[in-house]
Amino acid sequence: MGKVTTLEEIGELVHDGMTIMVGGFMGTGAPDALVGILMDRDIKDITLISSDTALVDTGVGPLVLGRRLKKVIASHIGTNPETGRQMLAGELAVELVPQGTLAERVRAGGAGLGGILTPTGTGTMVADNKQTLTIEGREFLVELPLRADVALLKAHKADKSGNLVYRNSARNFNPLMALAADLVIVQVDEIVETGELDPNIVVTPGVLVDKIICYKESE
Amino acid sequence: MDTKELIARRAAVELHDGDVVNLGIGLPTLIPDYLPAGINIILQSENGYIGLGPVQDTIIPDLVNAGGKPANILPGGSFFDSATSFALIRGGHVDVTILGGLEVDAHGNLANWMVPGKMVPGMGGAMDLVTGAKKVIVAMEHTSKNGASKIVSDCTLPLTARGAVSMIITELAVFRFTPQGLVLEELAPGVELETVTNRTGAAFTVSADLSPMRNIPSNEVLL
Repeated sequence: MGKVTTLEEIGELVHDGMTIMVGGFMGTGAPDALVGILMDRDIKDITLISSDTALVDTGVGPLVLGRRLKKVIASHIGTNPETGRQMLAGELAVELVPQGTLAERVRAGGAGLGGILTPTGTGTMVADNKQTLTIEGREFLVELPLRADVALLKAHKADKSGNLVYRNSARNFNPLMALAADLVIVQVDEIVETGELDPNIVVTPGVLVDKIICYKESE
Repeated sequence: MDTKELIARRAAVELHDGDVVNLGIGLPTLIPDYLPAGINIILQSENGYIGLGPVQDTIIPDLVNAGGKPANILPGGSFFDSATSFALIRGGHVDVTILGGLEVDAHGNLANWMVPGKMVPGMGGAMDLVTGAKKVIVAMEHTSKNGASKIVSDCTLPLTARGAVSMIITELAVFRFTPQGLVLEELAPGVELETVTNRTGAAFTVSADLSPMRNIPSNEVLL
């Protein structure tokens, strides 16, 4: 079955109330066209898992301003003032997670692990209501895995089998999220024939990727 | 020089040739400008690479620093995903992190990620950095805008990490955390011990080797 698809077809795959992971760091490596589909289709009550909420008008930022979110799980919301405003007004649930813990929780979700143990957050409010374990005299927090219904990712290049290569700092959470969702949709700058990507440089194996669209800013 | 330059100049001498360093957003990003000759450090950027360099005339696509601003990668650098990035940080592969603070207390606790009900930007990578870096230096102004000491006996704001801070550098002084507690080690030019005592909200001892602030000309006048 062909993985290369259209924005229209992807629009049929996303629904209200879904838990959605979106790649990117402050918008870099975020799939703007796929976020645009959520906006155009008026998808709402989303639980969003993302590094941050970007700026008001970049990456996942429009989802906040457009009030499409029920809950956000992220490490940083400070650069999108609308997230903090909605949170303090009680309009949006926000779970703040240390960025390294977020990465490991997503990794655990994708790797079949029951959770991870991290020293990060011990003795802080991040530890509230969490189990702790002491291993060789050091305290660790038990942090649970994260999974999503859909991952919306950005890569630089894909082949038609879904193998992905990333560019520069746009990699960030994308390869981790590719393992941690039931449906993985990737926006790329360029699609090449299967066999044209050197298997040595592929970061995300194609078997993880369900749908690919090629989208350039200029289009 | 202004206070930010003074703090950055002093912080620069804490870095050694070959150190892998993560610098927080704001004042700490000024520090590489003041590295002594012959000292080359490797900057880690928590969004996924080592070899962070200053931005060039040409903007490189998909390449930003941890503040989301255009950046550069130097020869020898490499990109990786966020799990690897924080494995470097949490796993003790970063020698030094220098970051700002809202409060540091006498126990080496740091608060720098939220003011409840007012400002809740989130911790980003800060909790992992202060937990995992081998040495944590807080570089900050000594007092807040309303004049209150940012060095306190016990943090009142939510903590970033407990007992993680090695050193505090402000425009007035340098303190180090030792097993015996907070120790004042250096004074900025023109600053009297009494001034530091009056403006510091935590008890500290004065080092027997109390000295002028390193890397700052003794005749320097703060602007």
